[in-house]
Amino acid sequence: MSRQLVEAIVGMREEEALKLVREMVNSGSDPLAILDSTREAMDLVGQRFEEGTYFLPELMLAGEMMSQITEIIKPKLAEMPDIKRHGKVLIGTVEGDIHDIGKNIVSFMLDINGFEVLDLGVDVSPQKFVEAIREFQPQVVALSGFLTLSFDSMKNTVAVIKSTGLRDTVKIMIGGGQINEVVKEYAGADGYGKDAVAGISMAKKWAGVK
Amino acid sequence: MAEKSIDVDKLEALWQGKLSPKGPDGNPLPFQSPEAEKAYKDRILLIKDTIEMNKLPDRVPVTVFPGMFPWLNAGMTMEEAMYDYGKCADVFVKFVLELEPDLRWGAYAPGSGKMYEILGYKLYSWPGHGVAPEYSYQANEGEYMLANEYDPLIQDPSGYFTHVYLPRVFGALGGFPMLPFLPGILEIYGLPLFFIPFGLPPVQATYQALFEAGAEALKWVGPIGGADGALATSGFPTLLGGFTKAPFDVIGDTLRGTKGIMLDMYRRPDKLLKAMEALVPLMIGMGIANARQTGNPIIFIPLHKGADGFISDEQFKKFYWPTLKEVILGLIEGGCVPFPAAEGYWNTRMEAMQDIPKGKTLWMIDQSDMTMVKKTVGKNACLFGNVSSTMLNLATSQEVKAYVKKLIDTAGKDGGLIIGNGAFFDQAKPENVKAMVDAAKEYGAY
Repeated sequence: MSRQLVEAIVGMREEEALKLVREMVNSGSDPLAILDSTREAMDLVGQRFEEGTYFLPELMLAGEMMSQITEIIKPKLAEMPDIKRHGKVLIGTVEGDIHDIGKNIVSFMLDINGFEVLDLGVDVSPQKFVEAIREFQPQVVALSGFLTLSFDSMKNTVAVIKSTGLRDTVKIMIGGGQINEVVKEYAGADGYGKDAVAGISMAKKWAGVK
Repeated sequence: MAEKSIDVDKLEALWQGKLSPKGPDGNPLPFQSPEAEKAYKDRILLIKDTIEMNKLPDRVPVTVFPGMFPWLNAGMTMEEAMYDYGKCADVFVKFVLELEPDLRWGAYAPGSGKMYEILGYKLYSWPGHGVAPEYSYQANEGEYMLANEYDPLIQDPSGYFTHVYLPRVFGALGGFPMLPFLPGILEIYGLPLFFIPFGLPPVQATYQALFEAGAEALKWVGPIGGADGALATSGFPTLLGGFTKAPFDVIGDTLRGTKGIMLDMYRRPDKLLKAMEALVPLMIGMGIANARQTGNPIIFIPLHKGADGFISDEQFKKFYWPTLKEVILGLIEGGCVPFPAAEGYWNTRMEAMQDIPKGKTLWMIDQSDMTMVKKTVGKNACLFGNVSSTMLNLATSQEVKAYVKKLIDTAGKDGGLIIGNGAFFDQAKPENVKAMVDAAKEYGAY
């Protein structure tokens, strides 16, 4: 049934996937095995997104399936098992900007690609980024912004991180609708992602993931 | 869908009507000088020829369609621009007079902060209300229409908006759900029962808020409309008649939200398709009504959730394009010039969208590859834009000029090109905006 579950999730057959999970739980399957199959399916969905055959509807539906499955099996688990993580990414939409679709996609993709993600939300001040760097100690900081005002907010955020002496402890990437190489230079970031896939591969490279 | 005949006369009447600008009373406005009159009429005919692609115009026209740039660049905060209508209008007039674009739009972008307060608007955050004074208003994405509400939307869109949707996005319209079912008002028997709600305090409070909002809107439109008149009589026409939307974006932007519509494509695709079909005549009607009301033929259609990377090509062809195409054709049939704006990247969609009548539309292109756009949508449609926000913010003036020259060389050889910005920008180097306009004038002669 694990194979069927993986196929149902990857094939975007939500009802079938949830029905399978309930059946597996009722028949006494190991909840950890169900969780493993779900993660395997998420990995495949992520791969298809990276290949350009899956897009936002599939990512969002996969995310929905994952949280519903987790809800079903949670009561059966003593505690959610730790999974091995490649590294930590701190992410947020910069000060003044409240757009979050792109950021959420990147967060989700980082998560299913094995990163521990701390998402600070939208309209995040440089000070909040700095505090979170101190506490969370990420390898990568990802700044998101959709509006042209975010160019200056990104530049300012990088500058404040630098002024607190934390710049060398992190790699900084930026992304968003109008972001390109020129904005990256302007903001003083280490890299930019044209889309979520580019951002994820950059994070993997920086974290030393093969 | 079968190609419908195009009503040439309605559109021609709008163009002819544009040649003499009119005041709010419908009387012609006197030009400020014979030179201004000539410049105004020349500009309208230049834009008309460029859009219609029948003959090569004298030169490539240029326009600037800013977001909040005129106000921020003048040193105002966005809060001031949204609350001080007179200053908002004056700054915009100055902005246009300094740049002298061939086509412009009005001082409408900031809107009325006071009116949004009266209505308790929740769909957006604006300066002083969830956004800092110096920043622009921004949308609060949400699921304002629930997944199980497709049937009421499909059956009676106006009723759904009144009873369900509007009270959700406007806090002050909480009395609307108590309103009677209006198509039930048929005969004298029991008629007073229908009118009981209008006597109840929540409904009366809602109407009170509407009266106040209306009064505020009138306060706002005085100076803002005055700016239009001042600019028209100085030689600078606007042709923007209003806006409408792609049915997919109507649902995906402000009803179900991005996540809602993306999930609905899998969970309830038939309902989604049916709802979009139900919206087609409404979106056509909205555009035509706007054009009639303002006397301007060009109807803006911002394109959002069909961009590259959002959905697959197959999904685009099934969910996004068919109803957008119906709206475009319906607007053309109704005597309008549809003006879709492909915000972001739409490279993979251009081929699917190229099948449109020639010389009837204007397309704002943000960052799509202009050479490719010219070979697809651009075969049949006038293109405009492609000077990116990033370039206007961070490039040098020389780079902007070189890019405009390149655009004219690659996409403007045979007409059908208007130079302009690709997306609505709030920040930019003023010298770059000027360089864009100057370069079009310098290199744009045919």
